[in-house]
Amino acid sequence: MCLALPAKIEDCLDEIAWVRLGDARMKVSLVMTPEAGVGDWVLVHAGFAIHQVTEDDARETWMIVTEHGLMEKPGATSPDQKAETA
Amino acid sequence: MALLETELADLATTIGRPVKLMEVCGTHTVNACRSGVHSFMPKAVDLISGPGCPVCVTAQRYIDALIELGRRNDTIIATYGDMLRVAGAGGSLEVARSEGADVRVVTSALEAVETAIKNPERDVVFAAVGFETTAPATASAIITAANEKLLNFSVLPAHKLVIPAMKALLSDPDIRIDGFLCPGHVSVITGGDVFGPIVKDYKKPCVIVGFGANQIMEGIVHLVRQIAVPEAQLENLYPEAALSRGNPIAQELIDRVFVPGMAAWRALGEMEESGLDIRPEFGKYDAVGRHGISFGEDREPPGCRCAEVITGRCKPLDCSLFAGVCTPIYPVGPCMVSSEGSCQAYFRYRRHELKSPMARVRVEV
Repeated sequence: MCLALPAKIEDCLDEIAWVRLGDARMKVSLVMTPEAGVGDWVLVHAGFAIHQVTEDDARETWMIVTEHGLMEKPGATSPDQKAETA
Repeated sequence: MALLETELADLATTIGRPVKLMEVCGTHTVNACRSGVHSFMPKAVDLISGPGCPVCVTAQRYIDALIELGRRNDTIIATYGDMLRVAGAGGSLEVARSEGADVRVVTSALEAVETAIKNPERDVVFAAVGFETTAPATASAIITAANEKLLNFSVLPAHKLVIPAMKALLSDPDIRIDGFLCPGHVSVITGGDVFGPIVKDYKKPCVIVGFGANQIMEGIVHLVRQIAVPEAQLENLYPEAALSRGNPIAQELIDRVFVPGMAAWRALGEMEESGLDIRPEFGKYDAVGRHGISFGEDREPPGCRCAEVITGRCKPLDCSLFAGVCTPIYPVGPCMVSSEGSCQAYFRYRRHELKSPMARVRVEV
């Protein structure tokens, strides 16, 4: 339920940001984390940043989801599988 | 891990009775199965899955209504991918799509709004499933649609709230749960404090954990330590993301657009204030009224035990359909469809434990 992945903000314009999530670049809303800006790390769930995290925590979480568990290979899933709820 | 395993075994011996722990979150279920956490459990400690997979707890009537809507020529259904293959009474959204229905997978509620903007001549209905983590995104999409004065966007709401489900499980005398591993990312939104009533009123230990195998194992040890005392506390082992009061902006989004209301759950039935209704001021974005939807009855697929799996009454391995009739390629119930469903997690990582010859059938997923 509700998997959220850490991503780094590369660009932003108002409440919309482009983030780097593994090999993928995606558009997310910053409406719930208005203080986050370019260079910051956020947890992304269903196209929305839900929490700002430190880079150390983001890297640790990324290691957990890629090495131990929750994603087989980020960016390697089918388009339908990538869009899972939560 | 070895130290935790030893401590867990010692604690289980001290307690001297069977202990049942529930991981509420589907992502915890998947990672516990994947990383072999179950193999570290002493015999007396049973780790069971809970109702934390949004697709799995979505009532059959909702799936049926969505498919019926999708079959209308003027409608586009926008949905998260894991809803596609859930079987309704008359097929799935995937089947409806193969028969011509316009069903589009989106990764975000805002993508559904963009679909409506790009297709002004069609009605776009967004299938809004998910728990507290996902609900603010739907709220934000509805607010965006209102700001854009969109006339062709609506939401079929099926959001669920975690605490009512936990209370329902605790109120059932057939399901005896000693403690909960609480969902980390629900807590990011709601704040960890929402689990307070489970500790205070039901005297059940609650531990909020992250998603790594070590974090899950540590959470289990913390729960069993409490049970050994015995005491009931709320502990937060995921403080870097889950604050005690959560994300206030996300909570405001939910409150602005939704109000707690009755929700129909697979397995748990109808429960007051366990879901989120769209407030009347945003009523024109509610697909139920806009499209005159009347929900039918919930009919479970014959032989399917998803309802029992969701409530911890049985495990996927106990279902006679598991891995034979029901596989991720040909799923019968939602728990085998969703990547967060217990049955799919067991199929991927634990089906070798099944004694029947079907367990040895190799099916690529």
